[in-house]
Amino acid sequence: MRPAILDRVVSALRRSPMQRQWAILAIAAVALLMPPFFPSTYYYRVATLVFVFAIAATGLNLLMGFAGQVSLGHAGFMGIGAYAVAIGPSRFGIPSWLALLAGAALTALLAFAVGRPILRLKGHYLAVATLGFGLLLAIVFGNESRFTGGPDGMLVPRPILFGWSIGGTVTWYWIAALTFVLSAMLAVNLIDSPTGRALRAIHDSEIASRVLGIDVARQKLTVFVISAVYASVAGSYLAAFDGHVTPEISGFLRSIELVAMVVLGGIGSIVGSLVGAALLVMLPQVLTVLHDYEHMALGLVLMGVMIFMRAGIVPSLAAALARHRA
Amino acid sequence: MSEFVQFFFSGITVGAVYALVALGFTLIYNASDVINFAQGEFVMLGGMTTVFLGLAGVPLPLAALLAVLLTTIVGFALHRIAIEPARGANAVVLIMITIGASIFLRGVAQVVFDKGFHSLPPLFGNAPIHFAGAAILPQSLVVLAGAAVIVVLLWAFIDRTLFGKAIIATAVNRVAARLVGIDTRRMVGFSFGISAAIGAVAGILITPITLTGYEIGTLLALKGFAAAMLGGIGIAAGAVVGGLLLGAIEAFSAGYISSQYKDAVAFLVILLVLFVRPQGIFGKPKFERV
Repeated sequence: MRPAILDRVVSALRRSPMQRQWAILAIAAVALLMPPFFPSTYYYRVATLVFVFAIAATGLNLLMGFAGQVSLGHAGFMGIGAYAVAIGPSRFGIPSWLALLAGAALTALLAFAVGRPILRLKGHYLAVATLGFGLLLAIVFGNESRFTGGPDGMLVPRPILFGWSIGGTVTWYWIAALTFVLSAMLAVNLIDSPTGRALRAIHDSEIASRVLGIDVARQKLTVFVISAVYASVAGSYLAAFDGHVTPEISGFLRSIELVAMVVLGGIGSIVGSLVGAALLVMLPQVLTVLHDYEHMALGLVLMGVMIFMRAGIVPSLAAALARHRA
Repeated sequence: MSEFVQFFFSGITVGAVYALVALGFTLIYNASDVINFAQGEFVMLGGMTTVFLGLAGVPLPLAALLAVLLTTIVGFALHRIAIEPARGANAVVLIMITIGASIFLRGVAQVVFDKGFHSLPPLFGNAPIHFAGAAILPQSLVVLAGAAVIVVLLWAFIDRTLFGKAIIATAVNRVAARLVGIDTRRMVGFSFGISAAIGAVAGILITPITLTGYEIGTLLALKGFAAAMLGGIGIAAGAVVGGLLLGAIEAFSAGYISSQYKDAVAFLVILLVLFVRPQGIFGKPKFERV
């Protein structure tokens, strides 16, 4: 039972670099061609959210899919990015773009500092440690109301870049789409770099890779920091796009949502991260027609996908397609 | 001193519930390697079903019994419908399934019951017992006694009956257990049922003190999971100690440091413990065989 699924995951991981590049180009083309079919700005809004969450999911996928480490606290890093673009401009007069970079730098530093002891833990212990870390950040955001506005959150000033004030859903759509494509390309390059190969080796067997001379701790830490920065950038975008941020951005449910995006779309599949993000962003929007039955339906979909496509949507469909062709 | 006693009692009361949730986690984890994030929903179902059956006119003792029965059936069903078909899937996928189940159960509760908070009358009234300068709710003692009874019953069942031994065998080595003729699938199913029953009882006991509502499960699952990891996953004694410890840390940090940061202090302690002992307090270090 186990080998069949593993094979599928492995085949998704072993996809050639060329194929991955093509997949991203295809996404870029879709992002470019889709807007004329949007009936209203509401669709731009949803699509923007999809791309923003896909950035965070892609980062988490690097950690989960390629290094095999789970994090139930990634929303904490999203929160740092979000509050950076909120606090920086409004409290310290730092321009938004600089605040975004500062947030990313702070996230990298923090991930680097806590990464070493946290990543020593394995399996469920790692899960609970990352969960605790994420919650700590959420609690700090909720309580330091002098800076963060407390549980009600705070307004995020509209970013200004070279004298041009960034606003409007359509503008944000293009920014989010472009950033997602760039970050996906970066991720693909990372996967096919020596670091990426080392990570995949760690995923298969930590001991074997250590024997081969891979500095396991350092490689894990590297990908942890990178994935944290992805989350931070996504958090900055989300806050600036919404114009408002609350501590919920770092909550447990957000972290779970990010993990769900990765797992539903397909662990180890960059396209899967986008599909997973799309599903989890759009599903609640669609399900609102069910009113009170919304949560029941959401739970059922989550269970159903995981039971019947346990390798994730994209790898499962790819495998089905390959079987169909054969 | 009186303050200390006060915090201690309120801490271990909540801690007893964490301990029962952690025990549920442990039971299921040992039998099936699944971390069941719907464990908190069992606690919610126990409390909410009792409340609503009570409102419908059912005498409370009977309502409580029916609530435990119903939750147990939900536990069995969860295993049968959601976990069993996904046998052999990797750990994260199984966790996602239980999270899906917890969202689903919460959704059902919000439709079948409502979105409000509810209480139950305490078993021995509200008049506090004065002890060492602290005022202790009689219900606190009921919770502690109830938790102790459950722990002893569970221990007796697991350690002293053939059925319990079959569950242990399943936990130790599933293939070997099947070879000696144990229906391991049924054992895993039963551990889900028992976990659900334990959760339901915890939910009924604590409702007079902390109230119940359709959403309480998430936080309880989280704390129970943390408690189980603090003690060392898969170790029943660890789950109980971890739960009580977590409750006590929370109460003391709420009392002496800051009530806003009580959860933060609790998780900080867990992080520190894990940094020093990556396998939890009672866990033995695991070595990977090459």
